[in-house]
Amino acid sequence: MSENNSMPKENLLSPRNRKLLTDPLGKDNPINVQVLGICSVLAITVQLRTSLVMAISVVAVMGFANVIISLLRHTIPPRIRIIVQLTVIASLVILVDQILKAFVYDISRQLSVFVGLIITNCIIMGRLEAFALNNKVWPSFLDGIGNAAGYGWVLLAVGFFRELFGSGTLMGYSVIPQFMYDIGYEDNGLMILPPMALITVGIIIWVQRYKDRRLIDIS
Amino acid sequence: MKPLHDLVEKVKPHFEKGGRFEKFYRTFEAFETFLFVPGNVTRRGSHIRDAMDMKRTMVHVIIALMPALLFGIWNVGYQHYKATGVEAEFIDQVVYGLIQVLPIVVVSYISGLAIEFIFATIRNHEVNEGFLVSGMLIPLVIPASTPLWMVSVATIFAVIIGKEVFGGTGMNILNPALLARAFLFFAYPSYLSGEVWIAGTAEQLDGVSGATALAVLAIGEGEMPSALDMFLGTIPGSIGETSTVAILLGAIVLVATGVGSLRIMLSVVAGGLLMGGILNLVAVNEFMEIPPYYHLIMGGFAFGTVYMATDPVSASQTGVGKYIYGLLIGVLTVLIRVVNPAYPEGMMLAILFMNVFAPLIDHYVVQSHIKKRMKRMEKIPAKA
Repeated sequence: MSENNSMPKENLLSPRNRKLLTDPLGKDNPINVQVLGICSVLAITVQLRTSLVMAISVVAVMGFANVIISLLRHTIPPRIRIIVQLTVIASLVILVDQILKAFVYDISRQLSVFVGLIITNCIIMGRLEAFALNNKVWPSFLDGIGNAAGYGWVLLAVGFFRELFGSGTLMGYSVIPQFMYDIGYEDNGLMILPPMALITVGIIIWVQRYKDRRLIDIS
Repeated sequence: MKPLHDLVEKVKPHFEKGGRFEKFYRTFEAFETFLFVPGNVTRRGSHIRDAMDMKRTMVHVIIALMPALLFGIWNVGYQHYKATGVEAEFIDQVVYGLIQVLPIVVVSYISGLAIEFIFATIRNHEVNEGFLVSGMLIPLVIPASTPLWMVSVATIFAVIIGKEVFGGTGMNILNPALLARAFLFFAYPSYLSGEVWIAGTAEQLDGVSGATALAVLAIGEGEMPSALDMFLGTIPGSIGETSTVAILLGAIVLVATGVGSLRIMLSVVAGGLLMGGILNLVAVNEFMEIPPYYHLIMGGFAFGTVYMATDPVSASQTGVGKYIYGLLIGVLTVLIRVVNPAYPEGMMLAILFMNVFAPLIDHYVVQSHIKKRMKRMEKIPAKA
């Protein structure tokens, strides 16, 4: 995507900008369509709470990283751009990590190494490289937020099903009534294991492609 | 037969294009071809049609499964009365077994066929007969004490994730029946391991050990059943897998009708004996000390060898590939059993694992054939 200087005054939420925000939610979803960032989906979606915190963290990191790189885009020498991107992401991730440790310590411990591993989340690097380096600040910000949100909702959906069927709880509160257990219901132990996250993502992809047939030929 | 055929022909127009129940044509077709050999005629290409279509192949497997099922029904009753210490006639044992086993079979068929019919209607393809066999295999590889809703959930999972996502019968990578068992094994471990192998309520069975021979070996306590008992099958275990005799009868039917591959069966047995023999030579613990042939009659080895490993869809297709595939199943099964104490039964995992590898094995077998022939070609001097 190249910089467009012919339109100096573009509406903040023009159709083109809106597309940047909404495409990654659906037909250009980083997980469902581009199949990026799968490892963290497998690792931290056992519970809805950790999924939520992870989703918010990634939204924050990605929004800011895209803005910062977009601001710096004229000053970064192309040969060292990857290092610069990594430095920016890493600083933001450390910030998020410190905030989590300060305010929600137990969740931070559950997420353990995966907060640090946001740095290696291919979605973030991918968007910096493909979009923020060549675009203005506001579109870059929208693109970052959009992609992170696209990643986030899949995370939340997977976390929802895995916690509901795997532990019978949501956000830590038990939602399956006791009488269900009394008549013989059991929590599904397979849901807690990583393969089920993969299968859940697979089912989401299946449903999405069934609804939007244009996606079928993409990958 | 005549009145039935007339009835089918009479209602047929309603289901064909333009009829009232056009949407349910696939459902109708499934029943029609179940009752009568379809009258399809090939219009192009080769004009030879084998009467042995998929539906009849599946029926042969069902016949081959009958000895194991009937023995399983009796054994469930026998084990129950033996565990509770009540004297019971043969007929009582069979009745108790029927009460326990029949609902599982019915639930397995209803949930699996419901999914098959739904997908056939949505996608407008023929109802696949593959489930006729899977629906019978699933009850036979789980303990009789499994709750019915779990059977249903596992069956639905196996049919959708194991088969329909890949495109239905014939496209599946994994054996659906084993996938159902694997689902139960990992999702509800307490219902598929430990002392769950005898049907009956907890109060009835208080103080009775229901461990299988494999569990006895893995835990290291309890009494091992004798080799003869294990061969005949009068031991606790999954419904259909205990009796090696009944399974052998089934194997004869499968091999005689050409449905099951003798190559796979023999090579699985060879692999099991080989690995059992090697571990027996090392013999550092109790599990390794048992004679190699014990592995063949314990747990699900015989059942898996005859009915699961020979599944024509998920097994290797090439001749040499079948030997490699079978041998590795046998070796892996014994290896998992003996070396990994967390999984006392290795058959399920070994077959699923090799199912995934079967296409790779086939690929290399075919490639090596091509290479060999190319070499032979080069040796022949070119004629002018």
